[in-house]
Amino acid sequence: MGLLENKTILVTGVLTDASIAFHVAKLAQEQGATVVLSSFGRASRLTQRTSGRLPSTAPVVELDVTSEEDLAALPDRLREVGIDKLDGVLHSIGFAPEAALGGNFLNTAWEDVATAVHVSAFSLKSLTMACLPLFGDKASVVGLDFDATVAWPKYDWMGVAKAAFESTSRYLARDLGPRGVRVNLVAAGPIATMAAKSIPGFTDFEHVWATRAPIGWDISDPVPAAQGCVALLSDWFPATTGEIVHVDGGVHAIGA
Amino acid sequence: MAQSEQEILAGLADIVNEITGVAVADIASEKSFTDDLDIDSLSMVEVVMAAEEKFGVEIPDEEVKNLVTVGDAVSYIAKASA
Repeated sequence: MGLLENKTILVTGVLTDASIAFHVAKLAQEQGATVVLSSFGRASRLTQRTSGRLPSTAPVVELDVTSEEDLAALPDRLREVGIDKLDGVLHSIGFAPEAALGGNFLNTAWEDVATAVHVSAFSLKSLTMACLPLFGDKASVVGLDFDATVAWPKYDWMGVAKAAFESTSRYLARDLGPRGVRVNLVAAGPIATMAAKSIPGFTDFEHVWATRAPIGWDISDPVPAAQGCVALLSDWFPATTGEIVHVDGGVHAIGA
Repeated sequence: MAQSEQEILAGLADIVNEITGVAVADIASEKSFTDDLDIDSLSMVEVVMAAEEKFGVEIPDEEVKNLVTVGDAVSYIAKASA
C-alpha cells in the first residue's frame, strides 16, 4: 500500500518537470494519492503541459495566492474538477522582484520587499486558510523552504521572506493544531530548477554544498526533497508540526 | 523517423506561433528567439517542451541556452532525431 493511499493532495508550484513540486506530485501519485495542481496567469499553460508528464495527468486550477478573489474561489474551483476534500497541500511558491535579489540589499525599496514577503511567506497562511474548508479531521501542509537562519550571498530579501515563511509555519502550526492540521517545512539544498536559475549567484550555493555536505548533494536531483515532502504529507509524521526538516545533505549541521 | 530541416522549421514555427502568437511568416532560421521574436524565458520553456513532444527528442537545459536562433533549434532537433 502506498504512503498516500486514499489521500488527495493539492500541489502548487509545478512549472517544469525539473520543479521539486513536479516530483512531489509524481511521487504522491505513485504512492496512491489523487493530485490536483494549481498555477496562475501565463504559467498555467506550462503547468498544464507539464502535468501531461505525470504518471496520470492532473487537473490544474487557477490560483494566484495574492488574490483574495482566487483564494475565496479555490474550494469551488476544486469541486469543478471533482475534488471535494483535501488531505494535504504542498506550498511551493516564491517570488521576489529583481531589485530584491542579487546584492542590492541595502537599496531595495519596501514595495519590492513587500511583494517578496506577500508572495513567498504570507501566502502560506493564505493558501492554508483557503484550503481549510476542504480539510477533514486531519491534514498536512508542507512548504518548501531554504534555510533562513543565516545570511546567504545574493539571496537578500528572499532570505528575509524565507525567515518570515519559517515563522509563519510555526504560528500556523500553533493555531491550526487543534483543527488537526500539521504544518511543516522541508529546507532543501539548492536544486537547479527554473526558479533557482532566476536567483543570481545560484552557483555560490552550489559551491557551499559541494564542499560541506557530509553525505554529498546533487543539485540536479529534486527527488530527495520530494521524498521528504511526501513523507511529511503522509501519516508517518503524526506527531510532528511546526518543524523544519532539512533535506540538504547535512549542510545545516556543518560549520565549515 | 528523421525529418528534413525544412519540416522541422515548419513544425517549430507552428509551435512558436501557437505559444507566443508570433506570425508564422516572421519565424525564420536567422531570427533570434529573444531579440527578434521577443520570447521570454517562460515562453521559451514551453516552446522547448512542445518541441520535445512533437519531435520526440530531449533538449537538456544546458543546451537550451545555446539555442539562440530558430536555426540553432532546428539543427539541434535534426541532429537529435537523426
